[in-house]
Amino acid sequence: MKSRYTSLFMTVAVAVFMYLPIAVLITQSFNASKFGGSWKGFSLRWYEALFNDSSVIDAAVNTLIIAAAATVFSTVIGTCAAWALHKYKTSLQNVHYLLVYAPLVMPDILMGIGLLLLFVSMSVNLGLATVILAHITFCVSFVTFTVLARLQDFDFALIQAAQDLGAGSFRIFFKIILPLLLPGIAAGALMAFTLSMDDFVVTFFVGGPGSTTLPVKVYGMMKHGTPAVINALSVVFMALTLTVAVVGQILTHKKPKQEKLQWGKN
Amino acid sequence: MGNTEKYRGKTGISEALLTAPSFFWLASFFVVPSVLIFAISFKISNSSGGIGDIWTLETWSGLLRTDYLAILWRTVWVSAAITAICLLLGIPVGYWIARQRPGVRYWYLLLVIVPLWTNFLIRIFAWKIVLHPDGFLRSALVYSGIISPDTFLLNNIGSVIAVSVYTYLPFAILPIYAAAEKFNFGLIEAAADLGASRFKAFASIFLPGIKRGILTAVLIVMIPSLGSYAVPDLVGGIDGEMLGNKIAQRVTANRNLPEASALAAMLTLIITLPIIFLIAGKGGKILLNARRAGGDK
Repeated sequence: MKSRYTSLFMTVAVAVFMYLPIAVLITQSFNASKFGGSWKGFSLRWYEALFNDSSVIDAAVNTLIIAAAATVFSTVIGTCAAWALHKYKTSLQNVHYLLVYAPLVMPDILMGIGLLLLFVSMSVNLGLATVILAHITFCVSFVTFTVLARLQDFDFALIQAAQDLGAGSFRIFFKIILPLLLPGIAAGALMAFTLSMDDFVVTFFVGGPGSTTLPVKVYGMMKHGTPAVINALSVVFMALTLTVAVVGQILTHKKPKQEKLQWGKN
Repeated sequence: MGNTEKYRGKTGISEALLTAPSFFWLASFFVVPSVLIFAISFKISNSSGGIGDIWTLETWSGLLRTDYLAILWRTVWVSAAITAICLLLGIPVGYWIARQRPGVRYWYLLLVIVPLWTNFLIRIFAWKIVLHPDGFLRSALVYSGIISPDTFLLNNIGSVIAVSVYTYLPFAILPIYAAAEKFNFGLIEAAADLGASRFKAFASIFLPGIKRGILTAVLIVMIPSLGSYAVPDLVGGIDGEMLGNKIAQRVTANRNLPEASALAAMLTLIITLPIIFLIAGKGGKILLNARRAGGDK
């Protein structure tokens, strides 16, 4: 019993550790004081300053463009890869598996510098296009493994049944494979979108003029900017990510509820 | 026979079509850049901040300077410390969540994941506010006499470790929980019935039982820590610089791409050598197991 109380204590301590800084940040964004510290009254002035700054709006637009493009491409590429990895057990797929797995164990900074060296040695101008290319690259592996996990529940007998009943491959794809796989693909796409929106390090290395994203903007403001405005920006950004994540949870994670029902029966 | 061959030919084409996009994409934008990191470290830099044509060993011999070795050593021990603390905090939390009723586990897990939904720069910034010289935490610690008035909480190795632990802890808890969830807790009761102390049962039965979860947590925390750049840059000050900061400095402020790539090559070696060692050693089944778990039924 004792070790269970120790664990309970640790869990509560960890929860405080995880949430305290975020709570402080949200509180400070409504603090009228410029440098935080003591409470000088409730104020929305930092939010006002934020929305009057057009460079923040530009960064938000860039973030969404990059995330949308990276999501579309990486979802298509990753879904194909997952299907191949699941369906075929050849030596080609063993190499393929390693190739998709390796980026997951590579720190961002190495991916960033590697791609920068590639672009520089090919004399490509850094900008929105190079950032999108880079984001697709780190998203592909995550999409592949997310879809692959869902494919485990896929019943291949359904395809055979459809074939026996005379369905063509086109029809099988659109009427059976796609609808059944859609939750997995959606989960992968969402993962890609959030990863892209969240990335700082890779964007920092391969970005150029006109490709400033929100994280890069936040970084710049942290280096030289009014701390109070960053608080406000952080809260807005947090609300944005949280919305995407919650919508994603609702759309793709109906599974835990079903599991809960099953557990309930036990 | 003819039928099988026809089938085989068909699968060959569709396998190639399905594999080609990711294969060529990752070959061009992952494998080639990784090779370039090593190749360009043997080139000279030109005056315009680009890459020269001449091959040289000078960059590498320059890296053996003492200040680089000091940073290399710091990068390794700081990452080891971050990993150790993440395990120390993550194991009890994973254990505790796994012991809850199945229905409520999901909500505790959500509690662990939600901080990940905020951008990690913002989480770092939140810590800058908490640790700020005029912030309430330092005031409270000075007031209560725990630290002296000339102690600062920000811009040192301590703040780098604390903020990194904060950033990576959820990633450590998740695999540990996943392993703990499958663990048969009856074994602990059995050990207790046989007279083992709670701690003994925890250390000699539970910990070995979740070995794979712990190993995953170590890799998941250690690798990004070794390559960390943003945390030491924002809360580390000069005393908290790590290898990642030096790489970024050679790309931006004192632009020298060959030197940046030599440093990156060094980082790649630090990360891949233990993994290769692990694969070659008794952990050789890990990747295959991961493949079996992820890809097959």
